[in-house]
Amino acid sequence: QEVTVEVLEHLEHLALVDFRDAEGVERLRKAIRFADLLQEVNTEGVEPMDSVLEDRCLYLREDDVTEGNCTKELLKNAREKVEEYFVAPPGNIPLLKLEEQETFLQGS
Amino acid sequence: QVSAALREGGVSPTELCQRCLSLIKSTKFLNAYITVAEETALKQAEESEKRYRSGQPLGVLDGIPVAVKDNFNTAGIETTCASNMLKGYISPYNATVVQKLLDQGAVLLGKTNLDEFAMGSGSTDGVFGPVRNPWSYSRQYKEKSVSKSHSEDEESNWVITGGSSGGSAAAVSSFTCFAALGSDTGGSTRNPAAHCGVVGLKPTYGLISRHGLIPLVNSMDVPGILTRCVDDAAVVLGLLAGHDPKDSTTIQDDFKPFELPNLPDVSKLSIGIPKEYHAPALSSEILALWSKAADLFKNAGAKVTEVSLPHTCYSIVCYHVLCTAEVASNMARFDGLEYGHRSDMNKSTESMYAATRREGFNDVVRGRILSGNYFLLKQNYENYFIKAQKVRRLIANDFLKVFRSGIDILLTPTTLSDPVPYREFIKEDNRTRSAQDDILTQAVNLAGLPAINVPAALSERGLPIGLQFIGRSFQEKQLLTVAKWFEKQVKFPIIQLEEVQRHVQDVFQHQKSASFS
Repeated sequence: QEVTVEVLEHLEHLALVDFRDAEGVERLRKAIRFADLLQEVNTEGVEPMDSVLEDRCLYLREDDVTEGNCTKELLKNAREKVEEYFVAPPGNIPLLKLEEQETFLQGS
Repeated sequence: QVSAALREGGVSPTELCQRCLSLIKSTKFLNAYITVAEETALKQAEESEKRYRSGQPLGVLDGIPVAVKDNFNTAGIETTCASNMLKGYISPYNATVVQKLLDQGAVLLGKTNLDEFAMGSGSTDGVFGPVRNPWSYSRQYKEKSVSKSHSEDEESNWVITGGSSGGSAAAVSSFTCFAALGSDTGGSTRNPAAHCGVVGLKPTYGLISRHGLIPLVNSMDVPGILTRCVDDAAVVLGLLAGHDPKDSTTIQDDFKPFELPNLPDVSKLSIGIPKEYHAPALSSEILALWSKAADLFKNAGAKVTEVSLPHTCYSIVCYHVLCTAEVASNMARFDGLEYGHRSDMNKSTESMYAATRREGFNDVVRGRILSGNYFLLKQNYENYFIKAQKVRRLIANDFLKVFRSGIDILLTPTTLSDPVPYREFIKEDNRTRSAQDDILTQAVNLAGLPAINVPAALSERGLPIGLQFIGRSFQEKQLLTVAKWFEKQVKFPIIQLEEVQRHVQDVFQHQKSASFS
């Protein structure tokens, strides 16, 4: 299976790590080749395992408020904020595709 | 032992704290600490001293200097995970395990160095630089190295600590603290413990709270305990284990802290030797040591049998897929908005996220995120992620079968060789290294079992080699009892470090291993 440009763009959209350069792609290819070794194992009739504690019930506590009111502390670590809001740049602008990005960088 | 000294007034908590702090300064070249919390540590020591003076110490750990790996949240102290992404991030809260240590009066000296986000097996890939193994500077190592010029060799011959909790292991090994917290996802506590000649305990998954431990792989991460002797590890375990309402993956069973018998008896035990752990790359030295250890148990009357864990060879691939998949998910929280690094790129939300993450994460982390996302794509989910989960069950079942057949404890090597020089280690990339080095420790994390590294002997080069014991789920008492017996048999030598001798010699003149219990 080749890692197509389409898949790469899609991955970047999900991962957002800006790793579409030659090195990133090479790493990915190696990782996939390595993972393909799993196909050697016969897993006929085997259930996937989510957790080693699957035989137990997860602990759920009562839906009571036990802490909170720490807005100030939480905001301390954010770089851009306005009153009690975290500020993000405009959304709904699609990530530049690889070729677009290159021409964008070349142009600037 | 040092705890007794504190109680009897032989040494005071502030004195102890100051000695450790100055030892940290003299061993700065080890790069074991990212942050040294000098002021708060001294304050904690003063509080402890007050308690001792009024005859009311909080417990064994009161006044004992400890260190914590820098991927645990510590209120008011920078927590970086050795990454640019969290440089300058001051945690607003303490991880549960940190809180428990502080509630017992422990003195938190600082945060230790690691591989970035605990990804790696050398503690060489963090943004604050690699950690140096204290044994590189020991008389034992220097005596064995064929050197031309003394100073030239020290600079180029230093060996790695192993990883990813290398800083914690180095801190304990160099006597700057009495216990340290690490984390173990694929061997990250046991590997550096072996390389640094200290005890490294990986508890059963679900025994100790992960609340506040910045997660790598939620289904495998556990906090790890690093100490200079098995008894100390048992004490720390006793204080940290137990249900935490803030971590729903901790089991709800009551945990009873235990003390280990002084003269453990192993004659009724059944020890298993998994043949697959005789990896092709295993050094002949370690193979011989492993064999000698098996004989030790045989001669003591234990039943020693060869067993098989047939899917061991797939554990690394399985881990590779599951780890990258969970990492892809766990790292998604780092987007620059709420905390951590934020890029100046402002054109759009997504381009800001991408730039932030490119600037904040190193290649290892970014590579894993990308791979993880690939394995989770709809078209790949079944063939990679689900497949790996099935293989995980096969690996966990291998262990179950062996334990059900009557084996109590498994004995294996912890690492493939003694610690290698840094310049050798960096010749291969992180993923290759991890794939090689994790082979002996990884499967334990997939199965969630408890395991411990006990330092066994010095290699021909004068460097530590450890052996690993793997136990049944939640049977830490049995595991540690066997480990303690073994520890007594092998009498692993104390590191002979100039700096240590200068600073703490008189405090420890009566004590062989300078343990605190």
